[in-house]
Amino acid sequence: MSISTGVRPKSPIERLLAANSWLVFLFFYAPILVLIGFSFNDNNNVGIWTEPSLRWYGAMLDNSDVVRAIRTSLIVAAVSTVVSTVLGTMAALALERFRFRGQRVYDGLVYLPIIIPDVTMAVMLLLFFAQGFRIIDSLIGWSPSFGIGTISLSHIAFSISFVAVVVRARLGQLDPSLEEAAADLYATRWQAFRRVTLPLILPGVLGGALLALTLSLDDVVVTSFVAGPGATTLPVYVFGLVRRGVTPLINAVSTAMLVASMILVGVSLVFQRTSTASPETES
Amino acid sequence: MADVMTDVEAVTPELEAAAERAESRRGVLLALPSGFYLVLFFAIPLVIVLVYSFASRSSTGLTQLRDWSLDAYQRLWDPLVGEIALRSLILAVATTAICLAVSYPFAYYIATRGPTMRNVLLVLVMIPFWSNFLVRTYAWRVLLGSDGPISQISQALGGEPIRVLFTNTAVLIGLVYGYLPFMVLPLYAALERMDWRLVEAARDLYADGWTAFRKVTWPLSRPGVIAGSILVFIPTLGAYVTPAILGGARTTLLGDYIVSQFLAARNQPFGSALSVTVMTVMLGATILYFRTGARSL
Repeated sequence: MSISTGVRPKSPIERLLAANSWLVFLFFYAPILVLIGFSFNDNNNVGIWTEPSLRWYGAMLDNSDVVRAIRTSLIVAAVSTVVSTVLGTMAALALERFRFRGQRVYDGLVYLPIIIPDVTMAVMLLLFFAQGFRIIDSLIGWSPSFGIGTISLSHIAFSISFVAVVVRARLGQLDPSLEEAAADLYATRWQAFRRVTLPLILPGVLGGALLALTLSLDDVVVTSFVAGPGATTLPVYVFGLVRRGVTPLINAVSTAMLVASMILVGVSLVFQRTSTASPETES
Repeated sequence: MADVMTDVEAVTPELEAAAERAESRRGVLLALPSGFYLVLFFAIPLVIVLVYSFASRSSTGLTQLRDWSLDAYQRLWDPLVGEIALRSLILAVATTAICLAVSYPFAYYIATRGPTMRNVLLVLVMIPFWSNFLVRTYAWRVLLGSDGPISQISQALGGEPIRVLFTNTAVLIGLVYGYLPFMVLPLYAALERMDWRLVEAARDLYADGWTAFRKVTWPLSRPGVIAGSILVFIPTLGAYVTPAILGGARTTLLGDYIVSQFLAARNQPFGSALSVTVMTVMLGATILYFRTGARSL
C-alpha cells in the first residue's frame, strides 16, 4: 500500500491482493486484541464492559494453582528445550554431514514424529509409560509415577525432530568448502565445528530451540495424557478451565501467555539479527 | 566429501577406506543419542499401540494382553465411526483448501513487497504463528459467544444474536485461524526464493499475466503448496483442542473420539486401533501427496 513505484498505476489485481492481505491481518489480530481488551475488564461477566482494571491479573497471581502450573511449565520447557536442541542438532549433523549404514532408517525415525498427529503421540506415550511402569514394578516392587518427569520425556520426544529439520535446513544452505578450508588449515574436526560450523548454523540452532520451546509451552494433548494427578502445565490447566466456560480470569492468564510469546519472538528476532549479521559481513 | 578425496593423489585406497570408516563411525556416534531416544520414546511406544490394538477387553473394561483378535478393527466399520471419520475428513480438507486459497495471494503480496515492508509484514505473521495455540482458539470462544462482541454488534445493528459457537462452523473457523500461519510461511518461503526473472521472461515471450502465473509462478511455488498443505492437513485431521473448545456434543471429530476411548470409555484396544488407522491413512496420504506433487513439478 505504502510503497508504489509511482510511475505505474496500481492494477486491479494489485488492489485485490492488498485488500486480501489487510483482511487477513485483521483476521489474525482482531481476536487477539479483543481478548487482551477484555482481560482488563472489571466485570465478572466477560461480555459486558464496565471499566478498566487489573483485578483479574491480581486474581491470577493469587491463584496458587496457576502459579504452580506456571512453574511446572517453565521447568518442563527448559529441560525439553535444552535436551531436544542438543539431540536434534546432533541428529541434523549426522544426517547432513556424514554417511553411515542404517542412515535411511535413522532418517525415517527422525522424520516420522513430525507427521504423527498429537493425539496418536499422546496415546502411544500413555500406553508406553503405563506398560513400562508395570514392568518396572514387577521387577523391583517400586515404580516411578506420572508427573513432571514423564511430561519432560514426552516433550523431548516430539521436539527432537522439529529441531533436526530446522538445523538441517540451515546446514543444507551452508557451503561445505568452508569446513574443508578449516580442515586444510589443520583444524581438527572439533575445532572446525566449534569455530566454523557452529557459528554459521547458530541461527538455525536458535530457531530450532525457539520452536522446541514453543512446542513445549503450547502442548495440551500429550501433556494431559502423561501428566498424572500430581503435575499440570499452564496450558493443560487453562484448557480444563476453558472447557468449563469463559471467565475473565482465563482472559488475564491468556493475555499473559500472549505477552510471553511476543517477548520470545522479539528476543529471537534480535538474536537472529546479531548472529546472521556477523558471518555475512565477514564474507 | 568423496570428490574432494579424489583430488588428493598421494592417498592410498587403504588409507581412504580407513578414513571413510572413521568418518562413518563419527556419524554413528552423532546419531546414536537421538536414535536411542527416539527408539525408546517413539518406536517402542508405536509398537505398543500396535500390540494393544489386537488386545482384548475384560468385562470391567481392563485391557488384557491375551486372546488376540481383530475385534477392535471390526468396530471401525460401525456407522458412527464412519460418520465421525467423514466429518473429520471434510473439515480437514475444507480447512486446508480455505487456508490455501487465503494464504496464496497473501504470501504472494508479502513476497512482492520491498525488503523493508516485507520484513515488517513477515514479523506480523510470525506473532500469531508463535502465539499460544490454545489461547488463540480460546479467543474465538470469547468472540463467538452468545453475549460476545460479534453477537452484540449484530444485535446493535438490529440483527439476530449469533449462535455459531458449538457448531461445525465454529470448529472450521477455529481450525482455519489456528493453522493459517502454517500455510502462509512455507508459501512465503517458496515465493520469496523464486527467481522472478523467469516470470519476466514469460511476459517477454508474450504470455499474459494469467498464463505466466499458471506456467511459471504456480509450478515454482509448488513445494510451498505441498509443505503448507501437509502442515495444515495432518494436525487438523487429528485435531482435539479446537473441537473441544469450539465444538459441541454433535461435532465429535477423530481426535476427541480417540481421546474419549482412553479417558472416558476406557476402551484401549479400540482407541489403539483407531490411532493406528488414522496414522496409517495419514502416512499414506503424505507419501502419495509428495509423490504426485513431485511428479507434476
